Amino acid sequence: MTAPNHNWRKFKNVFMQTLTFVCAILVVTPLLLVFYHLIKEGFSSINLAFFTQLPKPEGETGGGMSNAIVGTFVLLAQAAVIGVPVGVLGGVFLSEYGGTKLNWWIRFAADILNGVPSITWGIVVWGLLVVPMHTYSALAGGVVLGLMMIPLVMRTTEEVLQLVPGGYREAALALGIAKWRTIVQIVIRTALKGIVTGVLLALARVAGETAPLIFTALGNENWAHNLTQPIAAMPLQIFAYAIGPYNDQHRQAWAGAFVLLVLVLSINIGVRFLTRDRFQQKV
Amino acid sequence: MALAVFALIALIGFELFRGSHLALQKFGWHFLVSSDWDPVNDIYGALPFIFGTLVSSAIALVIAVPISIATAVYLTELAPLQVRQPLIMFIELLAAVPSVILGLWGIFVMVPWLHLHLFPALRTTLGFLPLFQGPDYGYCMLAAGIIVAIMIIPIITSVSREILRSVPGLQREAAYALGATRWEVTRIAVLSYAKKGLFGAVILGLGRALGETMAVTMVIGNIPQIVASLFKPGATLASVIANEFNEATGDLYPSALFELGLVLLGLTVIVNILAQLLLKTFAGPSVKPQH
Repeated sequence: MTAPNHNWRKFKNVFMQTLTFVCAILVVTPLLLVFYHLIKEGFSSINLAFFTQLPKPEGETGGGMSNAIVGTFVLLAQAAVIGVPVGVLGGVFLSEYGGTKLNWWIRFAADILNGVPSITWGIVVWGLLVVPMHTYSALAGGVVLGLMMIPLVMRTTEEVLQLVPGGYREAALALGIAKWRTIVQIVIRTALKGIVTGVLLALARVAGETAPLIFTALGNENWAHNLTQPIAAMPLQIFAYAIGPYNDQHRQAWAGAFVLLVLVLSINIGVRFLTRDRFQQKV
Repeated sequence: MALAVFALIALIGFELFRGSHLALQKFGWHFLVSSDWDPVNDIYGALPFIFGTLVSSAIALVIAVPISIATAVYLTELAPLQVRQPLIMFIELLAAVPSVILGLWGIFVMVPWLHLHLFPALRTTLGFLPLFQGPDYGYCMLAAGIIVAIMIIPIITSVSREILRSVPGLQREAAYALGATRWEVTRIAVLSYAKKGLFGAVILGLGRALGETMAVTMVIGNIPQIVASLFKPGATLASVIANEFNEATGDLYPSALFELGLVLLGLTVIVNILAQLLLKTFAGPSVKPQH
């Protein structure tokens, strides 16, 4: 084997650096394009009516998405009621209790559940709630989002609890404090910001879910007066308008997408500041 | 409460089997290889949807894998420190964009652009391949593959980044000590060391690609057919469920859709188990799970 030419090696080095840089740009480009079009089409379509009015009948211009905006928050609240307690307690168990083997299996199962397609969750809850209740309902929509949150919250909770130094636990136990009180008052309190971050990220994730809502919450042109009625949600409305034939619906879809993205991204960016704060305190 | 995960898995399995037992009884294994999908005559076969799912995921992987791994390499090994953090944040934000918003963007921006610019160019340059022949309307298998690629790139990139970061620094230093350039260090010391983990990251991305629903439904055209040309519309397991489930009347029709859901679940669970095993055996618990 001849010794590789020095200049050729140097060239290859620079070439690969450039190539990988170009790939990084390629990754960022779609996001920039999506942002650009959402701002161009979406922001200009937003007006007061969008937030305060109900959708107009098909083909008429104007109207808004007030019911879908409220609907999304109603669904998220229900999802939180189901997903947060089960997820957080499950995460506490994984981090503080249980045996190595059992916990390996639980973690494994949670990771598999995180990979279950959202559409599958949709038909499962359809069979579980919509069929017996004989109606699509806000309740079914909340349940499906809540179930999807469980494995997400469980894994992030476990991760942040693991970050709490073992010395904290030992110190509390050495003072004769019961294990459950140590966990509640020392471990969870120390990791609270992290747990909240995980919950918010999970909410942001399910806020944009559309597929599981099609067969559960269904969507609604009007207000849902109780949880046993179908309810509107922003992702559903965006989907329905995007594939609809009318220009004004497309305009509303862009506006809805803009608002939804602002909601999701502001949670994502917001928690970054929350966690940054936490690390600064540690230092 | 932690045991809830097992209950959820049991629930998913139970509901899907219960929902699909009619179709399972009627069609048996033949369901998987039959390509007829005829709700009017109550005849159902899953093959066109399995085909569509596999082809759109394959396109997505072909596009996403090199780009994602190169980006992960750039972010961990080659990029100047100042640009790393903003880039990482951007990629994480891309992962947070809801599928339906990408689908909306796909319908109104990407599909027209593909129809007017990229597809004609592909036809003239690579038109000798059966993959790039025939007329198109923009809504097609290739459009679905591209949008899925955009969706799985952030996942593959961030898992790969975690993998590369967990490569011990000594590996790199040893290679530097031998006089290797930066790229040579990356290739010899880092990439070959991390091969298994990177494979796991790719498989995890595949799991996401198989189940991706909304964005695909919005750009794939939704015609169940098995054709060679990527310019033709198709349908996937997830997209047909999303499209037809609410209109499915009778007993057998929804049951057949449930069975498609079962096939989809089987595919994604197998792929995800493989991915988790690869990632877990590569790096132990130090690699964070990606959602």
